[in-house]
Amino acid sequence: MSWTDKRIETWVGVMLRTGVMLAAAIVLTGGVLYLAQHGGQPRTDYRVFHPEPWRFASLKGAVTGIATGDPRSIIMFGLLVLIATPVARVGMCIAGFLFERDRMYVAVSSIVLAVLLYSLFLHK
Amino acid sequence: MNELWFSLILFVSSLAAGLLGALSGLGGGVVIVPVLTILFHVDIHYAIGASLVSVIATSSGAAAAYVREGFSNIRIGMFLEIATTLGALVGAWLTTKVPTQAIGIVFGVVLLYSAYASLKAKHEVITDKADALALRLKLKGTLPLGDGSVQPYVGQRVPAGFGLMSMAGVLSGLLGIGSGAVKVIAMDQAMLLPFKVSTTTSNFMIGVTAAASAGLYLRSGYLAPALVMPVMLGVLAGSLIGSGLLVRARVRTLKIVFSLLIIAMGVEMIVSNTIGR
Repeated sequence: MSWTDKRIETWVGVMLRTGVMLAAAIVLTGGVLYLAQHGGQPRTDYRVFHPEPWRFASLKGAVTGIATGDPRSIIMFGLLVLIATPVARVGMCIAGFLFERDRMYVAVSSIVLAVLLYSLFLHK
Repeated sequence: MNELWFSLILFVSSLAAGLLGALSGLGGGVVIVPVLTILFHVDIHYAIGASLVSVIATSSGAAAAYVREGFSNIRIGMFLEIATTLGALVGAWLTTKVPTQAIGIVFGVVLLYSAYASLKAKHEVITDKADALALRLKLKGTLPLGDGSVQPYVGQRVPAGFGLMSMAGVLSGLLGIGSGAVKVIAMDQAMLLPFKVSTTTSNFMIGVTAAASAGLYLRSGYLAPALVMPVMLGVLAGSLIGSGLLVRARVRTLKIVFSLLIIAMGVEMIVSNTIGR
């Protein structure tokens, strides 16, 4: 492994860890607020699957929900930050390979990024 | 039971799963789904949603530690992620099409296989034989040995490795797991990469693979915030504590105990989904 590869990996490692800790802090905040409001009610029954409503199923929904003060939207926002960390990781690898002028791996990483973005934004 | 107690019990169970997963090397994600479905009667769609998120958290959380060790190979990981992410899209799509029972049965089989793979004796074969395709794709590297010297390695049987990785991706998307066991097989059995390189590179790939399923899981409404919250925080805390502890001496016993637990859950999932309870 070249010295630059090692450096790319170190950045990526730090970024991933920061992203996860940030996401966990947001989820924890939302969780504490949620339990403060709803902790006393009977436990939610998850035996039968009903798709979660739209407000918990997208970035726009989560942001709108936070504005209305729903703690579950704060949790969802934290989860979206978490889901974004591996995507950012691939983005950083593209930057690193560009820096190394490794065209083949710029292409390989771009394919992976395209699949992830397709999955998150376009796929029905 | 009220929501507060339910969340606390979920948190503690997930913490134990994450801790055992990290200490035994089997990963905590694989037991979250059976724990949620068998013990807490959670529908498998919510369970795989909570598990997938936990898998992303542990993979990203452990990345910094793996980088320090210097075994993971970003090129091999990135190349094989083409296979795992495409596979994950297919797997996640399948969750919306196949019956719940089928997901449960496949899950049971994967649990049994993971336990078997973790207990099987490992024979490591490292080679730096020139494989034309691997060299063209730069699927090679050097393994740092303890004494300061390095052992060069070159990937072999690239198409077989790529194919197995697609399967790992499908399973990851279908079951909301990291499929670490299948990823490691693709790398150390098919491509003959060193075991340390396979496990650490696999950990890196797990987060990206899981992120490929996340979009469809979100849109299909599998992520229930109040359920995911204690599970994700618990698994993450457990795995971070587990990877920080160095209890090498007991690992073998722990691995056997955890594997037996996984076998029991695997059998339960196959049986209950077959007889349609």
